[in-house]
Amino acid sequence: MAEKKKRVFDRKTARRVLRYIRPQSPLLGLSLFFSLLSVALTLYVPILIGRAVDAVAGAGRVDFARLGKELSVFGLCIAGNAALQWITGVLNNRAVFRTVQSLRQDAFAHLHVLPLKYLDKHSSGDILSRMIADVDTFADGLLMGFTQLFTGAVTILGTLVFMLTLSPWITLAVVVLTPLSLFAARFIASHTYEMFRLQSKTRGEQTSVLNEAVGDLKLIRAFSREAATVARFDEVNARLQDCSLKATFYSSLVNPVTRFVNALVYAAVALSGAFAVLSGGLTVGTLTSFLSYANQYTKPFNEISGVVTELENALACAGRIFDLMDEPPMVPDPEKPAVLSGVKGDFELRKVCFSYDPARPLIENLSLRARPGQRIAIVGPTGCGKTTLINLLMRFYDADRGEIFLDGTETRSLTRAGLREQIGMVLQDTWLPAGTVREIIAYSRPDASEEEIVAAAKAAHAHSFIRRLPQGYDTPIAEAGGSLSQGQQQLLCIARVMLALPPVLILDEATSSIDLRTEQRIQKAFTAMMAGRTSFVVAHRLSTIREADLILVMNAGKVVEQGTHESLLARGGFYAGLYRAQFEQ
Amino acid sequence: MKKLAVWMSPYRKECILGPLFKLLEALFELIVPLIIAQLVDQAIPSGEAGPVVRCGLLLALLALIGLAASVTAQFFAAKAAIGFSTALRHAVFSHIHTLSYADLDRLGSATLVTRLTGDINQVQTGVNLGLRLLLRSPFVVFGAMIMAFTIDARLALIFVGVIAVLFVIVFGIILGTMPMQQRVRTETDQVAAAARENLSGVRVIRAFRREGTETERFRRLNEVLTRAQLHVGRFTAALNPLTWVVLNLAVILLLRSGALRVDAGTLTQGQLIALYNYMSQILVELVKLANLIVTLTKSAACARRVSEVLDIEPSQKDGTKELTAADLRSLTFRDVGIAYHASGDAALEHISFTARPGETVGIIGGTGSGKTTLVNLIPRFYDHTSGEILFGDTPIRELKLSSLRGAIGVVPQHAALFEGTIRSNLLWGNPDASEAELWDALETAQAAQLVREKPGGLEEPVQQGGRNFSGGQRQRLTIARALVRRPAILILDDSASALDYATDAALRRALRERPDPPLTFIVSQRTSSVRFADQILVLEDGLCVGLGTHEELLTSCPVYREIHAISGGEEASVHG
Repeated sequence: MAEKKKRVFDRKTARRVLRYIRPQSPLLGLSLFFSLLSVALTLYVPILIGRAVDAVAGAGRVDFARLGKELSVFGLCIAGNAALQWITGVLNNRAVFRTVQSLRQDAFAHLHVLPLKYLDKHSSGDILSRMIADVDTFADGLLMGFTQLFTGAVTILGTLVFMLTLSPWITLAVVVLTPLSLFAARFIASHTYEMFRLQSKTRGEQTSVLNEAVGDLKLIRAFSREAATVARFDEVNARLQDCSLKATFYSSLVNPVTRFVNALVYAAVALSGAFAVLSGGLTVGTLTSFLSYANQYTKPFNEISGVVTELENALACAGRIFDLMDEPPMVPDPEKPAVLSGVKGDFELRKVCFSYDPARPLIENLSLRARPGQRIAIVGPTGCGKTTLINLLMRFYDADRGEIFLDGTETRSLTRAGLREQIGMVLQDTWLPAGTVREIIAYSRPDASEEEIVAAAKAAHAHSFIRRLPQGYDTPIAEAGGSLSQGQQQLLCIARVMLALPPVLILDEATSSIDLRTEQRIQKAFTAMMAGRTSFVVAHRLSTIREADLILVMNAGKVVEQGTHESLLARGGFYAGLYRAQFEQ
Repeated sequence: MKKLAVWMSPYRKECILGPLFKLLEALFELIVPLIIAQLVDQAIPSGEAGPVVRCGLLLALLALIGLAASVTAQFFAAKAAIGFSTALRHAVFSHIHTLSYADLDRLGSATLVTRLTGDINQVQTGVNLGLRLLLRSPFVVFGAMIMAFTIDARLALIFVGVIAVLFVIVFGIILGTMPMQQRVRTETDQVAAAARENLSGVRVIRAFRREGTETERFRRLNEVLTRAQLHVGRFTAALNPLTWVVLNLAVILLLRSGALRVDAGTLTQGQLIALYNYMSQILVELVKLANLIVTLTKSAACARRVSEVLDIEPSQKDGTKELTAADLRSLTFRDVGIAYHASGDAALEHISFTARPGETVGIIGGTGSGKTTLVNLIPRFYDHTSGEILFGDTPIRELKLSSLRGAIGVVPQHAALFEGTIRSNLLWGNPDASEAELWDALETAQAAQLVREKPGGLEEPVQQGGRNFSGGQRQRLTIARALVRRPAILILDDSASALDYATDAALRRALRERPDPPLTFIVSQRTSSVRFADQILVLEDGLCVGLGTHEELLTSCPVYREIHAISGGEEASVHG
């Protein structure tokens, strides 16, 4: 049952692969046509050679005139065929790499419609290996498929036709024997498919063990966990050895087995051909042609079997890529989205419920209102769920129930882009794309002028350190900040938001591992930014908290209290306790 | 690279038998044309069925023996190659764990992962194919030539010529396109890097609505890659047609000059056919050989990269002395300094202080002032390059690393958890810890509540890197992990930075109130985290610019005053 299901699935994968190939069909049609011609010429060669051999019957019995004629035709065939083969190869290349290019592009594009829920949950290593390694393996398999499956199939058919015209009986012997080779190859391929799958799965597992171990090598050292880590690695390593050995050995059987069947066919042709010569129905030259055909005929079987293995492998990879692409995308943006203009920054949450895991409710019936220009401080013990709130405001995640309004418009009736355009975000976890400083700042507004970029950098107190960089604003920065310090990265993040300066801000005050002078600058930049804007601040400083228009006190993922500093203190609840604890010693 | 052969030695038998059986198979293949020649020249002219059948059966028998030989060969090759790569992977992985921090910094972690995965896989493929084909292909090529010589020495000269020409073409194209293949790989890396960047920055990209431009950028890189692939394809596609032409031209030559010799009676028709058959065998094997050489070149490059890792001698020598209670009486830095690079500037210089059990030592200073460097010297993650570090009276280098580190709990800046459960993570600190000890550590680290709230409690699963916990939760769990081993020395490297004030304060109080309070080092940017320390070291640019209590430093150390004014002033004003 499970077996059957897998097959159906494979056929579905294959059909999808075909859909990707379809745009290349003109190229492939042309390639098919040329390879037909090329195969015809290839097949004609043994006949010419057979005739030439017949012209060389023995001492004193050589027909030089006939030999010369056959050989000059032979020469023409060779030249024409070589040209055809080359063109076919180039066409196939193009078809394959263009197909793969579009697959890669689609897989990438899908990344950006996948909900963060998926991306947060799955290791990026696995997603990457599907997009890169699997796509490459797929390309290899497909290329082999095109170049060899085509010509292989045509060669087999053509050879049959040529052989039939020469001698139907010998042909029959060949036809009866060859399915053996196909059958054997098929049998092996279907068994190795699972082994290859297991191998690539185990490799993936090993890579994630490695990533973890290598990423935290120093920690392993600090806790003297070397032996335990190596033991864990060895466990996966041993399983990998086992399944690799199986996959490698069984797949390497295809060649010997098909070669064996070919040799049998060859023997059969030699035997039956020799009898035909004995009975006078065949010349020795024709027997030579036949023997070449027997080789030519079985070689594609050989190749096809190899290709089948590769294709199985490629299909397994394609399956993994499609799995990724089949992950349900985010709820699409409304077809006729509301459009906001002149946003004042009036944010309202009404009875919002949200949880990452339905079994464990997190935010329940949260209502709050941030009026234009207000400052909302989010406070609470570490890990209380501040990030969750940001996820909801930015619509990185959608609320399960309840509504979120911006300027009176339900945010789900906007496009996500339309909503995010109104919000500037500076998180503790800085992420900068690779590029020059200028490009990094202009990330929020690619059309910004040089003056605007410099102005934003100045407002973010980043201008002075940028000027000291080797090439100023043109200094290239590697991904994830490269050689910039944490604080400098954060200043660039602020400059980036400064440049666009949307009506709503989400800021995280946490400024760990930043030196004090930089931190002061960041504070100043934050204050400048917040002026007149609705801001949600993950607050770490008392001044921010006390000056906030509204304090959201969160604990264990829930908003437990909200109000102003005074009202909350007066209430003597969780916040009051939290506040007092800070000054206890 | 020769060193890698060590991992191959358990498979010596397979390494000999594999190629040997492969040779056997090739040998049988070379006999086939001779049987055909005999069939044409003797069996058929005899006019009898017996000799013809004998020839046919002989061919079938050769096929069967060939099959047996090659299956055996494939098995030995696969077993040796995979056994080798498994052992090598283990060796490299274990070796990494013997390297010092300084060595690891030089290598970088990304390259370690590729060397352990992609590179070793490539080496495995190389070994496997090498065992199968390295002997077989040349054997068939030259065997065919030698066979040709035994048939007709003059005509065999054509073989010499054609092998030479084919050799040039095949190797010219295959080796000539290697730089292009290299470019394809570089472009593939670019594409992979773009994808990785998009995954790690997905929130920012979406926040700034740059999905479109990122997709466009990817499209450009994808196009460049595709073009590179097409470019190399144009050359490789020429390989088959070119060799085919050469081979068939040689066949023409063979038939033409062979005809003269047959006419003269020095060659039979069957022998001419045999020569023709040998000719076709050559090409197949030459192409295989050239491809094999490409694979082997790649594998050799990968093997070198793997070998480089193994060649790194751990730069740190382990001590021999177990840490004793006497050694833990005090920890003394005497004029300690460290330079990461022999030629470079010192990261720390002239650091001197003494700390005793139960004390709290604060270390404060700006980014790059050397705080983390200083605490990294205590568990000997790095070796100091001048001065003395003494545990009691014992120099740090005389202590056994495992014993030294076993007494120290480290909470690094970057809070990392490992895939598993909360319990499995805590047990890192001490694999033998009891249930009570685990909860005790969690209580001190202010993490007990959060664990109790998890439905799984201690068994709550932890995803890779601890993704399913917030930064603050991770931080507290890493502190608990360090406490589980009841360390004599606890190092909090800016560890409270993700904690809010309240948790930070509660943590410090709980630490003090433990029955066995550890000697605690607190690295921080803020005076509030260290103000209650027994002594505070103020660092600036790798130098100690102040040492004393909060009150002393406020009067004596301008740098400390400045830091306090910026970070702690606010709190002080509320306080006052």
